[in-house]
Amino acid sequence: MGERKPGATRRAVVIGGFFAATIATERAQATPEQMRAAIRNVVGNAPIRKGRVQLDVPPLVENGNTVSLVVAVDSAMTATEYVKTIHVFNERNPQPYVIAVHLGPRAGTARIATRIRLADSQTVTAIAEMSDGTFWSASADVVVTLAACVEGI
Amino acid sequence: MNRLAPSPHTSGRHVIAAAMMALVLLAVAGSARSDDIPLDQRRSGYADLGRDSKAMQDDDTANPATFWVLDGEVLWNQKASAADRSCADCHGDATVSMKGVAARYPAFSPAHNGPIDLEQRINLCRTEHQQAAPLPFENHDLLALTVYVGRQSRGMPIAEASDERLRPFISRGRDLFTRRQGQINLSCAQCHDDNWGKRVAGALLPQGHPNGYPIYRLEWQGLGSLQRRLRNCLFGLRAELYAFGSSELVALELFLMQRARGMTIETPAVRP
Amino acid sequence: MARPLINVPVKVKRGETFEIKTLISHVMEPGYRFTTTGARLPRDIVTSFWCLYNGVEVFRADLSPAIAANPFVTFFTVATESGTLEFKWTGDNGFSETAVATIAVE
Repeated sequence: MGERKPGATRRAVVIGGFFAATIATERAQATPEQMRAAIRNVVGNAPIRKGRVQLDVPPLVENGNTVSLVVAVDSAMTATEYVKTIHVFNERNPQPYVIAVHLGPRAGTARIATRIRLADSQTVTAIAEMSDGTFWSASADVVVTLAACVEGI
Repeated sequence: MNRLAPSPHTSGRHVIAAAMMALVLLAVAGSARSDDIPLDQRRSGYADLGRDSKAMQDDDTANPATFWVLDGEVLWNQKASAADRSCADCHGDATVSMKGVAARYPAFSPAHNGPIDLEQRINLCRTEHQQAAPLPFENHDLLALTVYVGRQSRGMPIAEASDERLRPFISRGRDLFTRRQGQINLSCAQCHDDNWGKRVAGALLPQGHPNGYPIYRLEWQGLGSLQRRLRNCLFGLRAELYAFGSSELVALELFLMQRARGMTIETPAVRP
Repeated sequence: MARPLINVPVKVKRGETFEIKTLISHVMEPGYRFTTTGARLPRDIVTSFWCLYNGVEVFRADLSPAIAANPFVTFFTVATESGTLEFKWTGDNGFSETAVATIAVE
């Protein structure tokens, strides 16, 4: 599978497993505890340091169905020092995962963008897993309002 | 995020309803008629978008509406049903023949003895010239054809209606726009002429011009027509929704396009 | 629906990093929505997306129901040599889609 080490494959499978588990539950909204558990699932007991990660989300979204998300990590992305994975979590959607992207030296720049869904005003957290085994994080608070003019109840 | 059944977020909608009631109380009592926005103060919904939504609209490869435009292009060249005739067989290259068409719709249709919008015009072509069944409103193929035709007017100004037969219908549209309705008992004008730029429960009030339709609406996570959007507005007022294709909705479309005359078409636009 | 949209520069200088933007048509039904009769709409999402540069994987993403409909994902990669960028998406219900772009590296 190219650049990815076996450890990354295992984590990708773990995340897939968690997705399968959440479908079976009736819970409509995750909690900060679920998010912390999801983070522990990925990070284990390693400390999570603040810094090196920039998380760019609009503070007041136009619509929670489509919210721009940009994550950049401060790293030279060389063969010996690079970002392995960027994990993004949320605390109020029905399940805590947002996206996990697997990078490597071939990326050149550790910066990704996507569009996400946010069910409610909440904190979004991005955690970067580095090649040296360290974890770095950043969080952003987002306010999500409801559109008044919708399809119906 | 449940949009199809009562959810915890219903309480959120009650907050919005209460906020709008407060707006009613604060609004000037009495007349629901308001002055038109001066032509030079008109503002496209694009200007109210956040930076990333603007980027979504500006880049065809980042705008999901492009999928419908590409599908529309395929359908334009496809033979339709019994007459074995495609749009292209009569109209040729849409990038030439359809330039400016969306800019002058709704247009008067003698067959309907009144205005019809672009979706209705496409269905008229299908039934009269292609011996094909009309497509239902908000059907994927109808939206694809409409946005493909609309896209050919991108960058052009909305035409001022010169057809005198449209006058009474524009007037009807204005009446619908300026009368109070629904349980919220507000008129479109009270929000979109008198209070645009302000916020209702965190959401920014636009002037509400239809210069980008069909739009990719973030709320729908899909492409939809102006009629669909107007029904959403009516829902916001807790008013009865006019049926798709109703004379009320077409009159409103016509009035709104004339209210936006001269503004630049952005089809397919991105809106919240 | 139309094929995925890929935005890559036509030409890049060797060693430079360039941005790739991708957009695919997909409803991304989260699995938490209900109809008015109370039936749950089953989950139907894209779960994986990856990019191969001349056969070598240079990017992979694991998507969740929290990704908006019509997934838009952008990332960077280093221009190593001219060739082919292959993009692949897989998801629920056997969903599978591919796209290809060429890149000239000078």
